[in-house]
Amino acid sequence: MRVLAAMSGGVDSAVAAARCADAGHDVTGVHLALSSNPLSFRSGARGCCTLEDARDARRAADVLAIPFYVWDLAERFRAEVVDDFVAEYAAGRTPNPCLRCNEKIKFTAVLDRARALGFDAVCTGHYARVVEGPAGPELHRAVDPAKDQSYVLGVLTGDQVVQAMFPLGDTLKTDVRAEAAQRGLAVAGKPDSHDICFIADGDTAGFLRHRLGEAPGDIVDEAGRRVGTHDGAYAYTVGQRRGLRLGHPAPDGKPRYVLGISPVERRVTVGPAEALGVDVVVAVAPRWCGDAPAGSIECLAQYRAHGTAVPAVVDVADDAVTARFQSAQHGVAPGQAIVLYDGTRVIGSATIGRTMSAVRA
Amino acid sequence: MSGGRVYLDHAATTPVRSDVVDVVAARLRMLGNPSSLHASGREARKSVEESRETVAAVLGARPSEVVFTSGGTEADNLAVKGLFWARRAADPRRNRILASAVEHHAVLDAVQWLVEAEGASVEWLPVDRLGRVDLAALDAALNRDPQTVALVTVMYASNEVGTVQPMAGVVEAARTRGVPVHSDAVQAVGQLPVDFSATGLDAMTVSAHKVGGPMGVGALLVRREVELVPVLHGGGQEREVRSGTLDVAAIAGFAAAVDAATAARAEEAPRLASLRDALLASVLAAVPDAVLNGDAHADGRLPGNVHLSFPGCEGDSLMLLLDARGIECATGSACSAGVPEPSHVLLAMGVDPLLARGSLRFSLGHTSTEGDVEAVAEAIGPVVERARTAGLVNLARVS
Repeated sequence: MRVLAAMSGGVDSAVAAARCADAGHDVTGVHLALSSNPLSFRSGARGCCTLEDARDARRAADVLAIPFYVWDLAERFRAEVVDDFVAEYAAGRTPNPCLRCNEKIKFTAVLDRARALGFDAVCTGHYARVVEGPAGPELHRAVDPAKDQSYVLGVLTGDQVVQAMFPLGDTLKTDVRAEAAQRGLAVAGKPDSHDICFIADGDTAGFLRHRLGEAPGDIVDEAGRRVGTHDGAYAYTVGQRRGLRLGHPAPDGKPRYVLGISPVERRVTVGPAEALGVDVVVAVAPRWCGDAPAGSIECLAQYRAHGTAVPAVVDVADDAVTARFQSAQHGVAPGQAIVLYDGTRVIGSATIGRTMSAVRA
Repeated sequence: MSGGRVYLDHAATTPVRSDVVDVVAARLRMLGNPSSLHASGREARKSVEESRETVAAVLGARPSEVVFTSGGTEADNLAVKGLFWARRAADPRRNRILASAVEHHAVLDAVQWLVEAEGASVEWLPVDRLGRVDLAALDAALNRDPQTVALVTVMYASNEVGTVQPMAGVVEAARTRGVPVHSDAVQAVGQLPVDFSATGLDAMTVSAHKVGGPMGVGALLVRREVELVPVLHGGGQEREVRSGTLDVAAIAGFAAAVDAATAARAEEAPRLASLRDALLASVLAAVPDAVLNGDAHADGRLPGNVHLSFPGCEGDSLMLLLDARGIECATGSACSAGVPEPSHVLLAMGVDPLLARGSLRFSLGHTSTEGDVEAVAEAIGPVVERARTAGLVNLARVS
């Protein structure tokens, strides 16, 4: 097959491309330039979009002796990922830009262009597995639980998974590094990327303040009493404990968490851990990896990137899903994706809209 | 063709002539720093001075007017900065630089640096739709206050679209006002008859690897009476204008290459021109709406240059698809981070930015054959069709 390998400049995508070429595919490497001003992005090894990363990717492609190009997707990335990220926070939600980038950039903009140029598939260094199932290729969790990225790929439809290759899904990260070193790839020891690639210093609150301006308001407790102030409700995430800067300790002395964000009233509500408990999640804009399930299904649900999947009963409608957890969950933030699994298989995902607590309802 | 590849990027670099390889290899085995006074040094110096005499002779300069550099970029920097500094030191009013809007980045960015770091002011001279500098605009800019112009710089022929500039007009306009003129002639040498003293230029940039010599060597030809402030300081080599131990072997290769290219030019230029015309005709036959950029007339264009825009295509898609078929050409765009941007040359010529993005430069050279042209003729139709589909996909999805 003719395969387009997305190469970020990191060790994972380099080894993925190498494995793809070893498997006998005709591989072409592409680095995605996602910033119109690459210097404004995170420098060094932590991000994925710097000039240095482009050079690392090109060097890896040269070592693998595959063609290499840079595709300028800065405008699409800004429109589809960065602006959406800001708008979601402004609406009081907590978006996951990696999911969005996979959906809109890597497996739409890049995949579409690759297909049009005659490529059969797009290969990335994500830790996930594509497994041949009875109804066609299925998306599964990686074998390395610490690196599994099936959550951020949960937005892929069946059609997209069919055209995706994730050669690292069956390997532990430590083995990938060793393999990179063995292959003579200089990125073997390059640190993993973390955080959000388009926020140069890792200061998300500062980035949002710059984009949205200061919008001070009150932090209130469950009874509506003012317990503090904030510079912008958008900087908070449901379930957040740190950085609340509350003047007075809670009467019971226990830590308080963000329970809810009301951007219009510029109000952040805080309360004790017990009040965070969520039993029911209504999530919108579902995307299915394969055929959409019908009616009510029992499955596992994961509601944040680095969380575990918990048992849930999910009612499926056309434009929304309602997930009922067996036990109350903490830190369920609107805007995040809820990804549904059957064992290790990704069934689909949706964006968390509302959450409800059975106890308090 | 080599290794099944069709190389049509001679304007980027052209294969080193095999006799040049021999000359360079032989000189590399020689011992001696040309600045040393002992026998080994004298031998090295003899080689360098013979090379200097050859370069001077074939380009119509005096040997003392040849300043060897590490290549075209260094020569351009030396000319632009060196002339500016020297002229302004002699008269602080001389703060203006007149440069064509279609210069190579080695000139463009050197000028821009002078603006930002040295307080120079620049006037970018407009070009017409064919990429020729507007002589009336040059005249007007000079007339505004000739006393304040430090230098004029206009390239001899465009590396991108192959347009040959009206150098005689540029030189006449500037010299009647006593303003020195520099020209980057990197692409012209070997393709056009270039005679430094006959042009009346004050400084002219030449590069070895565009004429079949090694990379990393070139020269600035500078009229004897023109003063330059050095960019590189050190041992005082090259008339105290360009310090640094001379690269004896590379310089010998440069001389051999420019000699061979110049000697072959009378036969080679018409051969390239006919290959160029055949290439253009076959592309237009396969892709009737392709647009030729630059001058369609034979004497207004470098014989080895074909530069085309393909409506509805992205240049990098075209390049990727041709590369996959072993056809090597250039998108002709500025590429700092590897991110293609619409070329400043095409934009200055008034080409629509979207159309400019879908451009390719095919450049022919001494190893080009009819087979190369046939390969392009065969590939270009399907490649453009495919790139158009990809272009449409992208346009349709942009929300």
